[in-house]
Amino acid sequence: MQRIGVFVCHCGTNIAATVDVKAVAEALQHEPGVVISKEYQYMCSEAGQNLVKDAIKEYNLSGIVICSCSPRMHENTFRKAAASVGLNPYLVEVANIREQCSWIHKDMEEATEKAIILGRAAIAKVHLNAPLTAGESPVAKRALVIGGGIAGIQTALDIADAGFDVDIVEKEPTIGGKMTQIDKTFPTLDCAACILTPKMVECSQNEKIHIHSYSEVSDVKGFVGNFTVTIKKKARFVDETKCTGCGLCTEKCPQKKVPNLFNLGLDYRRAIYIPFAQAVPKVATIDADYCNMLKNGKCGVCAKVCSAGAINYEQKDEYIEQKYGAIIVATGYNPIKLDKYDEFAYSQCPDVVTSLELERLMNAAGPNGGTLLRPSDKSHPHTIVFVQCVGSRCDDSKGKPYCSKICCMYTAKHAMLIREKYPDTDVYVFYIDVRTPGKNFDEFYRRAVEQYGVHYIKGMVGKVTPKSDGKIDVQASDLLSNEQLHIDADMVVLATAIEPDKTARPLATMLTASMDTNDFFTEAHAKLRPVESPTAGIFLSGACQGPKDIPETVAQAGAAASKAIGLLCKDSITCNPCVAHSDELMCNGCSSCEKVCPYGAITYLDKEFRMPDRTTKIRRVASVNPAVCQGCGACTVACPSGAMDLNGFSNSQIMAEVDAICK
Amino acid sequence: MQKAIIEKAKLLLADGTVNRVIGWKKGDFAYDSTPAVFNSAEELDKDFVYDDFTAANVSKYLIKESQKEGRVLVFLKPCDTYSFNQLIKEHRINRDNVYIVGIECGGKLDIEKIKAKGISGIQSITNNDGTLTIETLYGTESVSADDAMAERCLTCKSKKHVVYDELMGEDGDVLDSNRFDQVAELENMTAEERYEFWRSQLSKCIRCNACRNVCPACSCENCVFDNPNSGIANKAPADSFEENMFHIIRAFHVAGRCTDCGECSRVCPQNIPLHLLNRKFIKDINELYGEYQAGADTESRAPLTNYTQNDCEPSVVHERGVE
Repeated sequence: MQRIGVFVCHCGTNIAATVDVKAVAEALQHEPGVVISKEYQYMCSEAGQNLVKDAIKEYNLSGIVICSCSPRMHENTFRKAAASVGLNPYLVEVANIREQCSWIHKDMEEATEKAIILGRAAIAKVHLNAPLTAGESPVAKRALVIGGGIAGIQTALDIADAGFDVDIVEKEPTIGGKMTQIDKTFPTLDCAACILTPKMVECSQNEKIHIHSYSEVSDVKGFVGNFTVTIKKKARFVDETKCTGCGLCTEKCPQKKVPNLFNLGLDYRRAIYIPFAQAVPKVATIDADYCNMLKNGKCGVCAKVCSAGAINYEQKDEYIEQKYGAIIVATGYNPIKLDKYDEFAYSQCPDVVTSLELERLMNAAGPNGGTLLRPSDKSHPHTIVFVQCVGSRCDDSKGKPYCSKICCMYTAKHAMLIREKYPDTDVYVFYIDVRTPGKNFDEFYRRAVEQYGVHYIKGMVGKVTPKSDGKIDVQASDLLSNEQLHIDADMVVLATAIEPDKTARPLATMLTASMDTNDFFTEAHAKLRPVESPTAGIFLSGACQGPKDIPETVAQAGAAASKAIGLLCKDSITCNPCVAHSDELMCNGCSSCEKVCPYGAITYLDKEFRMPDRTTKIRRVASVNPAVCQGCGACTVACPSGAMDLNGFSNSQIMAEVDAICK
Repeated sequence: MQKAIIEKAKLLLADGTVNRVIGWKKGDFAYDSTPAVFNSAEELDKDFVYDDFTAANVSKYLIKESQKEGRVLVFLKPCDTYSFNQLIKEHRINRDNVYIVGIECGGKLDIEKIKAKGISGIQSITNNDGTLTIETLYGTESVSADDAMAERCLTCKSKKHVVYDELMGEDGDVLDSNRFDQVAELENMTAEERYEFWRSQLSKCIRCNACRNVCPACSCENCVFDNPNSGIANKAPADSFEENMFHIIRAFHVAGRCTDCGECSRVCPQNIPLHLLNRKFIKDINELYGEYQAGADTESRAPLTNYTQNDCEPSVVHERGVE
């Protein structure tokens, strides 16, 4: 026979003002199995918890029902209290009579009736509760960082600093990411390379950090603390262990007309290349799309000049498998493609460039050696128009609905740098509004306007038309003076929206990590768990989670690292015992549950069953990995035969609750 | 047709491709062919039939048959191939142990429609180019085959075989059927009228479980209605609520997996149009989540066990229900 205790909380006046708590306690006293029913002002307080504990001991309770706030708030509090006096914590049920009752009702009579019904449902459920014990699973003491930009680098450095091994998987031949392409950084205007490259070098020298460049994650199995990841090391046709990075091959390669992606195609490189001077690892890579030797077997110059004998035209993709305890996603961003924006003449006119291209044009290591020249005729531009929000804050299908966040600041930076270096240049910025939240950000923008005389004009550019004399006609509206403007510009710079890297979506599928409609990874909680994915053991670093500038990215990278370190420090993790399990005798092996499982917790086994006639039969049955299962219950409703059930929320418990409510 | 099929079966038995055959054999009456397994050419010659009444969808039998030793030959009509594919998708059939010969189907006859014309004591029925000559104890009757066509065949969804190892004759096309017209009629009723319609139908149910037992989607190892732990296990309906709920729960269980083969209505001894419940689900799925035909392939993910950004909001479903 069950001996159930009911404890009704006033929550000050939060509940008591609209629910007659005394009447609730009195009514629930008479439910079957209830041996004691009490109310108290603050059940979560020390005194309230003691009241619960004393009752458990005194009445030898077999289960308790707390009528209080949401279980999200205090379920754990009462579970701990119960456990401290020897009652299994999973024999505690919470009836939410605050958020789902007192706060949403005004009429005391109605609210009281509802509170009684909610209490009754919880009592019906606790009758069927079974004591559960949380299991444990070991933690592999190694972290994987996917993406080697500033976010990935910082996360890896922080984790390595705590003494754990970290692997960085980077799809490009070098780590460094977008920051390597940036010239100066706002709001301090220090050189991006000068602050980034020491960190890259630190990564390569740290013995805890292992860099897999020119590599991709091809498969992820397992669960928190115990991921098994297959990494595909793409063939670069150069033996990394032999190449000294001398660069002789990149000078001798006869294939000279390969668009240089590091400079965004603004100049050319060879078919064998090192992306830039400070690349880490400093190893050459052959671009198989352009290499004559790989394409038609005629050339082999690089192999002849390489004194280290590092060139290997026969190299194949290599797959490595490794176990990890935690995975940090740092896949970053890319500017969007501008092919839908013909009005800005981006594809017709070489002097219309994106902001990232402008970074390269102004960079000392860029195509012009740091002198700002028009790409078309290499002349010095005298009038430059910046267009803000190209593809950002769009409500049409062409662009992105969100604000790309970094554009206002980098445009102010560009404008300022140009005015500083070339004071004879007129700079116009067309904006919807200027967004400068951040330390020293508004001051920075005001300096551009007030000190450097950049012309900020509120209004959008309607059309950009290249003219026959080489100038560019920019037609725009000035919303403040309400007039149409035509500016004869030499260059137009588009503040292109940024979007998550294309590799993020397939990666999210492999990780069973959730994404939003824009393909940004979602956090476990927008405010309170911003660097964790809802999938346990997956952490988010940098712009893969949302547009971010460098300081924010670094801060988040550190936060993600600390969360990962917290996980790696543990020898084992406690699992949630409220997980699904399948009744193998009922299971058809139909895969419905596997298809709806968002965590990949369900696999299938071919299991031998003894039949009544003493023969054996092999059947395919579902098997739930309790360490991966998060107890969402999607499988239990998808299962056509009722074989799937959820501990702590079993089908029969839920039916009992419904019956109690409908009684 | 029957002769060609028997020849094909004998050939495949002889060359060792298969070691047995699933098909149909004559029952007690001329019109009640039943599924059967044949192990030899002699058995085939003796009992195998393929005629206007070999309507049974034999794909469900393969769940058990395909687990046995050796390959089994099965003759599947176009609509049966959908059920077969769906079972493959649910990992219920061992595909390696099945050799499928797709056979053409021009529609099957419904004996109830013939009997409804007042014809009884039927001894034999022969079809001569669309005219049925029916020998009865009381003389010879003549009926147009079109008048006796089963309802599900009049609204045939497809003459195309979606899976086969070999095809006899030509493959047909997916048809633009009007199978949802009746559902639409029901939808246009008022809630009271619709309730009355279904009560009048479902109150006839004697809970013989024939619909469940024949349904290829109802292939659970242990049905919830037979499982004492499910909380809904029972045999005879105790009250009108249970009469209603049995069929509604069953329709929910097969939602998104029902290929609309129509076997439930065919076997119902009370002639309850059960397929209309399933068709309502199919129509709703088509309208809410985009066109989907269960069993059309073995890879696609069914809308109800899939999530896409374009899925309709639950409120849309709710609003439709309210009217």
